[in-house]
Amino acid sequence: MDNTKFDESTQKELQTFLDREQAQARLHSSIHNLTSMCWDKCITSTPGNYFARGEESCLANCVERFLDTSLFMVKVIEQQRQSIGQ
Amino acid sequence: MSDFFKTSVPSSTSPDLAARKEAVMNSVRSEIALANAQELMNKTNEKCFAKCVTKPSSSLSSTEETCLTRCLQRYMEAFNIVSKTYTARISKERETS
Repeated sequence: MDNTKFDESTQKELQTFLDREQAQARLHSSIHNLTSMCWDKCITSTPGNYFARGEESCLANCVERFLDTSLFMVKVIEQQRQSIGQ
Repeated sequence: MSDFFKTSVPSSTSPDLAARKEAVMNSVRSEIALANAQELMNKTNEKCFAKCVTKPSSSLSSTEETCLTRCLQRYMEAFNIVSKTYTARISKERETS
């Protein structure tokens, strides 16, 4: 590969591309973590040909409640911070 | 004026440059795809070993192998459910904020 530099517009384009790919990778990494965590919480039976009753909805609920938890924690910390500040 | 056109139309760069740009993008894409596949492999290995091989003996039994096969399928399914729920929630939060 020859090593002449990319021109400015190409560099900008590549930067945008990398930013987008990085965001996508971060998203994927959260999904991996959530799957791992929710699998441990929800899948209690020996894996069969299908999910057992309730396991599927447990997985979806697990994701939603985890995100609720994270929003809730921010709120609590914010409240505590305010009460200390007074 | 000609300079203006050069910067505003990226596809007008030389074909060699465009090919190199494409090559960089493709190698980034395939590296990320590889990392994703590896992560999924590691996770399924870990989770399914924990679930299916409860008491390791001198070789994998056919029951264990059946369990591992199903476990792998369920884990992929779980990944898809989590992915769908997560992205749906993210776009919902983005709409309301």
